[in-house]
Amino acid sequence: MSEPKALLKIRDINAWFGDKHVLKGPSLDAYENEVLALIGPSGCGKSTFIRTINRLHEEVPGARVSGTIEFDGENIYDPGVDVVNVRKKIGMVFQKPNPFPGMSIFDNVSAGLRLQGIRRRSKLSEIVESSLKKAALWDEVKDQLNKPGVGLSGGQQQRLCLARTLAVDPPVILMDEPTSALDPISTAKIEELIMELKADYTVVIVTHNMQQAARISNKTAFFLLGEVIEHDKTSRLFTNPSDKRTEEYITGRFG
Amino acid sequence: MNLKAETGRDIRRKIYNKLALGMISVLGALAIMPMILIFVYILIEGIPALSLDFFLENPKPLGESGGGMANAIVGTVILVALSCLIGLPVGLGAGIFMAEYSYTKTSKLLRFTSDILTSVPSIIVGLFAYAVVVKPLKAYSAWAGGFALAVIMIPILARTTEEILKLIPHHIREAGLALGIPRWRVTMRIVFAGSFAGILTGIILSVARIAGETAPLLFTAFGNNFGFRGLGQPTASLPVQIYNYALSPYKEWHDQAWAASFILLVMVFIVNLLTRVVFKDQRGES
Repeated sequence: MSEPKALLKIRDINAWFGDKHVLKGPSLDAYENEVLALIGPSGCGKSTFIRTINRLHEEVPGARVSGTIEFDGENIYDPGVDVVNVRKKIGMVFQKPNPFPGMSIFDNVSAGLRLQGIRRRSKLSEIVESSLKKAALWDEVKDQLNKPGVGLSGGQQQRLCLARTLAVDPPVILMDEPTSALDPISTAKIEELIMELKADYTVVIVTHNMQQAARISNKTAFFLLGEVIEHDKTSRLFTNPSDKRTEEYITGRFG
Repeated sequence: MNLKAETGRDIRRKIYNKLALGMISVLGALAIMPMILIFVYILIEGIPALSLDFFLENPKPLGESGGGMANAIVGTVILVALSCLIGLPVGLGAGIFMAEYSYTKTSKLLRFTSDILTSVPSIIVGLFAYAVVVKPLKAYSAWAGGFALAVIMIPILARTTEEILKLIPHHIREAGLALGIPRWRVTMRIVFAGSFAGILTGIILSVARIAGETAPLLFTAFGNNFGFRGLGQPTASLPVQIYNYALSPYKEWHDQAWAASFILLVMVFIVNLLTRVVFKDQRGES
């Protein structure tokens, strides 16, 4: 295997909601074909952190960001960069499954492409099928592609949202606690999918579940009060953390 | 222990309970009474006065019997269509803006002015249309009437549209943005399209509201007895025709006013019914 490439180079990110300074300059790299898990107590800035990576943070009224995030060598915060192009390359799956209301399963999965202007039906069908297959949902929905997406179960909806993200084919996929609203079986399915996605994508996942981080990620970053305390190979971080606070968190002494 | 209601206190409580229940039942019945009475009365007075001529003929000159209100029926349809032409884009646009750019100063101003405009008496809206459309053009016209109705329609439509769009949770918008879809397409194709049934209901209800307005039309569309002569000409409408005929001293005109009331009521009723059908469709779908 060739030397892994740092696809995301995040440097000194500061983020505010109004006067509230929620991210205090964390820096991280995310490599190709890796799953990077972000753990830490509630309110430590993990979600805000990944929302700066696809520039969604700035959509909140009163929110500000400073610092640089290089994606494939290009700073996404450079003036002149189009956020729409950033988000085509850096996709996101949210905490709560959020299929688009009033849209069929087919329309949900193809929404990104259609609303970016791709019209050819044959191409859309092809991508919808391959995306649903990658999200392990195809067999369950192939006969009801015209049914509304909101009619699926919670776990299916979340896989639909994953398929919707995959359809745009972004090299980086951000996940904000994607299984916290799901039952254990659906959670296991999503985890399995994340491990498969590693072959083609870079995944950055926020999770409150430390077992989940340990199971699926290559590297883990521990956040505390808006800073990265420790960032290491998952196996090392969980067995032999170098920082006292990391150790206290993963052994359940606070958080 | 005795669980039966035998003590004076228990019995008194039961009596009070019955009394209170009786009272609110009577008040409830009183509240729906006007609606039933209006409906029954207009049915009784209106239906006998209906005839095919009523729909097909224009009013006859004073002294001749017969004639109908074809002019007013056509006129009302034209006025409502005109007000939709002006009012729908503005009302929907303002509603979308208030929902999607909720925190901006412009939105707060829009919301405030919409609320004020909704409570402005409709006769004043009529005067305003007279001043800005009728006077400069030196003629009563369908344009002026349509404009006045649109002014009434816009704030109602804007506020309902805003409320309906806000029912779409914020994370749905974020999901759209996160897919690399441009903001305006997220707004139009995901948020707006996703609440289309609700928007349609808002449109229909605002149409039902303006279809029966009289005051704003009195000195804008004015009315005529010869049928539709063009958008720049005085135009008849059912409410104004009812107003004029009801005030006349002639029995035949009174009958026609009843018939017109009945038709207006049926039109508004059908429009309201339509919203139910739209909503049912939506529910059956998801």
